[in-house]
Amino acid sequence: MCLGIPGQITELVDLEFLVAKVDIGGVKRDVIITCVVDDEHPAESCVGDWVLVHAGFAMSRLDEEEAARTLALLAELGDMQAEIDLMRQVETST
Amino acid sequence: MKYMDEFRDPATAKKLVEEIKRLAPIARGQRDMPLQIMEFCGGHTHTLFKYGIESMLPADIEMVHGPGCPVCVLPMARVDDCVVIAEQPGVIFTTFGDAMRVPGTCKSLLQAKADGCDVRMVYSPMDALAIARKNPDRDVVFFALGFETTMPSTALTLLQAHREGLKNFSLFCNHITTPATMRAILTDPDLRLDGFLAPGHVSMVIGAHPYDFVTRDYRKPLVITGFEPLDILQALWMLVKQFAEGRCEVENQYARIVPEAGNVEGLKAIAEVYETREHSEFRGLGNIGDAGIQIRETYAAYDAERKFKLQAAASTHDPEHLKCADVLRGVMKPWECPAFAKTCNPQNPLGALMVSPEGSCAAYYAYGKLAKRKENT
Repeated sequence: MCLGIPGQITELVDLEFLVAKVDIGGVKRDVIITCVVDDEHPAESCVGDWVLVHAGFAMSRLDEEEAARTLALLAELGDMQAEIDLMRQVETST
Repeated sequence: MKYMDEFRDPATAKKLVEEIKRLAPIARGQRDMPLQIMEFCGGHTHTLFKYGIESMLPADIEMVHGPGCPVCVLPMARVDDCVVIAEQPGVIFTTFGDAMRVPGTCKSLLQAKADGCDVRMVYSPMDALAIARKNPDRDVVFFALGFETTMPSTALTLLQAHREGLKNFSLFCNHITTPATMRAILTDPDLRLDGFLAPGHVSMVIGAHPYDFVTRDYRKPLVITGFEPLDILQALWMLVKQFAEGRCEVENQYARIVPEAGNVEGLKAIAEVYETREHSEFRGLGNIGDAGIQIRETYAAYDAERKFKLQAAASTHDPEHLKCADVLRGVMKPWECPAFAKTCNPQNPLGALMVSPEGSCAAYYAYGKLAKRKENT
């Protein structure tokens, strides 16, 4: 029910009613962008934005830096695990 | 797809599971039972089952499936109300697909459609508005259902109808709020919980602070999380870390989507259109003050409840042999219900938990064989 899918805004359709075309996994759909625009980030600057789409509305502008940070943290965890594994191997072999 | 596939990487999942396994015994500490972690949201339940995450978790952690599935907590009497509206001459009743097959005491919306009512499935409330524009001589009703994730979309649609002066569009409002529902769970004496995974898409609307009471008043750690398997595993890892380090905080694993303050425009639309109901009955949860939502007097013309003069729904109880309420509250597992997979199955659902793919009964039916076996041994 609360399903949301990331998509990228490709063009503005209607500036008055704040409608934009969003590419969601190759499917293009008109989406209402009222919830992702404000004075600092007006509709005109939305093309290229990644947004989370729910029930035909863009509900959040995806923070690409945060996404990269989460992935980096997860990758780091992998490195840490590799190090722990290496330590274990060294311990058992010595 | 970008921003989905990279959060499904199996190698990273394996490493997260190893970290969780390492920390879980420390996190569990002296508890005589495993840590009871509730994933509130039905979307999270779906991810847990789809990717078999529960079977990867150590015995120190037990997931409790929460009531965060709007069609699952909808009392049968509200479905009956939908059917009553749909049966009015000239009405086009529009709804999200999830609600079509939910049984009422007499019939579901799908059965009403088969009996000749004009019931239409839509993807967005704006699609319902488009139907209203095209059919000025018909009354178009949209079944506004869902937690806070969906509320801005229905509120903005109502405001748009108001701007256009459309007289033939209304909402049948059955929205429900997350924090009030969580509070009801926390005060349930039958339920012993240690922590929460909080719903990511509800939180993108309401932000992180409405959960502060969970850590402050009830001392339960909480992590807001997304819907990909790595999101859930990272959130579980963050939660066991909180236990292991003796912390109790609201943390946000899903920062790429959830801003701390939520969605300002969405919250503005919600505040403009909606107000809390004093009392609302929910399936399995009983009467919860302040969890139900109604349309403000200012927008009464767009309120299907007022337009069609619905009587206050009589309290309906589930049939004796259906244990939906206990399963919803997490005090009974789906297969312990006498009807599970016998008289109640996805082809012929008796309860809403078997209808929605987010319902824990449907999830157990589709994916749950392994988890069930694990718990039986």
